[in-house]
Amino acid sequence: MASENPTATEYIQHHLTNLTFGHHPVNGWSFAHGATEASEMGFMAIHVDTIAWALILGFTFCGIFYLGAKRATSGVPSGLLNAVEAVVDFVDNAVRESFNGKSAMIAPLALTIFGWIFMMNLVKLLPIDLVPTLFKMAGVEYMKIVPTTDINATLGMSIGVFLLIIFYSIKIKGAGGFLGELTLQPFGKWLLPFNFLLEGVGLIAKPISLALRLFGNMYSGELIFILIALLPFYAQWLLSVPWAIFHIFVIILQAFIFMMLTIVYLSMAHEHH
Amino acid sequence: MNLNLTLVGQLIAFLLFVWFCMKFVWPPITAAMAERQKKIAEGLDAADRASRALEDARAQVEQEMKEARAQITGLVEQANRRANQIVEEAQEKARAEAEKIMASSSAQIAQEAAQVRESLRAEVVSLSLIGAERVLGASVDQKAHSKLLTELAEQL
Repeated sequence: MASENPTATEYIQHHLTNLTFGHHPVNGWSFAHGATEASEMGFMAIHVDTIAWALILGFTFCGIFYLGAKRATSGVPSGLLNAVEAVVDFVDNAVRESFNGKSAMIAPLALTIFGWIFMMNLVKLLPIDLVPTLFKMAGVEYMKIVPTTDINATLGMSIGVFLLIIFYSIKIKGAGGFLGELTLQPFGKWLLPFNFLLEGVGLIAKPISLALRLFGNMYSGELIFILIALLPFYAQWLLSVPWAIFHIFVIILQAFIFMMLTIVYLSMAHEHH
Repeated sequence: MNLNLTLVGQLIAFLLFVWFCMKFVWPPITAAMAERQKKIAEGLDAADRASRALEDARAQVEQEMKEARAQITGLVEQANRRANQIVEEAQEKARAEAEKIMASSSAQIAQEAAQVRESLRAEVVSLSLIGAERVLGASVDQKAHSKLLTELAEQL
């Protein structure tokens, strides 16, 4: 935090606080100084670091793939196109295996989810203090660079998926069909409220579990990096290197899981019961 | 953790990126991949067809070579037979010619011999007449003794 030699609690607290800009009841529209001020701002606040990094990484992802798409040729593919095509092929296979319906939306959606989440997870492998320290030199107090360690980011994406689930459910089955699915099963029309409760919970659980799974994995991983950073410097590499290597796997796995579950949920939305 | 507007921002960014991917990234890449797949399949197919055609051509060449060889063997045999025949015919002709020449020459010889013999006989008669005239001192009446002389000449 602001003090020169922060305690362990202060250090952790500092690393877990977003750069928040919002409407404070006392200070008005301003950057929050500390976690308490940020939480006092309520909903009318924005995590500038999360959004900025998410956008930067999203544009990076889109840029790389757009460049690949520009160079797309049916002739001999070169380096970048090869890499892009490998990812596209991987996503395409995953979609083909799990998604039975026909939609021009699902595959690009899956690619975006996989690529963007992968990029957002990837910056976690940067040394934990590197970017915050650089920003602190520039006068920015807080900087949390991994967007997926912010529940707002993961929930934002999963709500996007949730909206698509509802959109496709209504598009394929009609509003009546979708409502019927929510209320008339599993126990028939005489237990309609109970059915609605069960199916409603099932429906809401999809985006919540998506968001919490990604957030939980990334947040806990980040926390362990922070704890390792508290160790004496000569012992840090002993733990941070294996943890980082392990996290390469987690990064890809979590991006893949988010993508696969999205495909499965949307596949379910396309199915008639 | 505090939920706030970040969530909305992230949602909007998410939808934007999905839209971008759907519009500008996915279609060209998959189209290129599909087209390349088709091209490769066609190429492999063409290679397959070409190798099959090559095999066919090779078999045909083999077949034609075999036929040609058989034909050549037949021709050579025929030529040999014809050559033999020609040689035999020539020999036959030569032999006949030689015989003919021999026969005609021997006939001529015989004729010439007979002629010579005849003339010799006449010579002998006239010589004998001359000799007898000289011995007798008188001419021998050729007409009177012609019968005798002819008998004599035939005895020679």
